[in-house]
Amino acid sequence: MIGAGKIKQYANILEKPLGKGKQEVSLSAFAFLFSELVQYNQTQVDNISELETRLEDAGYAVGARVLELLCHREKGNRRETRLLGILSFVHSTVWKVLFGKVADSLEKGTEHEDEYMISEKELLVNKFISIPKDMGTFHCGAFVAGIVRGVLDNAGFPAVVTAHFVPVEGQQRPRTTILIKFAEEVLQREARLG
Amino acid sequence: MAAIYSLYIINKSGGLIFYKDYGSKGRMDTNDSLRVASLWHSMHAISQQLSPTTGCTGIELLEADTFDLHCFQSLTGTKFFVVCEPGTQNMEALLKVVYELYTDYVLKNPFYEMEMPIRCELFDINLTQAIQKDRVALLGR
Repeated sequence: MIGAGKIKQYANILEKPLGKGKQEVSLSAFAFLFSELVQYNQTQVDNISELETRLEDAGYAVGARVLELLCHREKGNRRETRLLGILSFVHSTVWKVLFGKVADSLEKGTEHEDEYMISEKELLVNKFISIPKDMGTFHCGAFVAGIVRGVLDNAGFPAVVTAHFVPVEGQQRPRTTILIKFAEEVLQREARLG
Repeated sequence: MAAIYSLYIINKSGGLIFYKDYGSKGRMDTNDSLRVASLWHSMHAISQQLSPTTGCTGIELLEADTFDLHCFQSLTGTKFFVVCEPGTQNMEALLKVVYELYTDYVLKNPFYEMEMPIRCELFDINLTQAIQKDRVALLGR
């Protein structure tokens, strides 16, 4: 028989090794779920900034869990304690697990010392979403900003994180920038550590 | 150049939710396009009833002297139809592509209300690209 003997038979089911499982979920399923999340929250709020706050809070819970999981899974239960370390952890490790790719860029803000930016050409959560003109600066990336804030906050780097659209010349679609503004104590600690 | 004159999407109750015309021929004002949409909806429904065979899903192609009308109906009753030059090929495939774009960029958009007119920037952008690609493919043959 073709294919027979390809799958190793285990007499005892307990001897069978655990599969690693599928690493990816369906983008459609995620898109519908996220769309529902936004729609549900829209019915619960009076204005756009409140909606953004709610999305951010939803993301915060994800971020807190993701940090815990990834520190265990990828870093042998060690957690980054330095500013640049945690930023590159977010930019590469977290992004890769959540979105299947490393974020497009990680930059330091030019105007302020305490600002860092993660930029993404097209954020995964925004792939199918068109913001109506009357919603102004609303950005569904607030959810992702919440995730980033959740990771940073639980790692001991309290910060204010916001998502913005940044128009790019010669491109129809604006870029997304996640702006991270660290709390004063974080920078003071960084300076002390040298 | 094989030409697509216009593209319509109508919801399950016959309301026009999307209309776009391409090129100068067959251009209509808003009222006329609404009229065509609801007329087509009714004709489609009547044709199903009048069909001598059972299991008829309605008119798929209407051929006239000056234009062809290709129609695709999704499982939920949303109809997509395109009016084009007589004898234009590949319209079924194009309608499937439009349907795919509709499910992606309209139905997955949290700010779209079902059965309402489609105003989604991403849908417009991707639709324009798909139509252009279709034109290039037709020219290449």
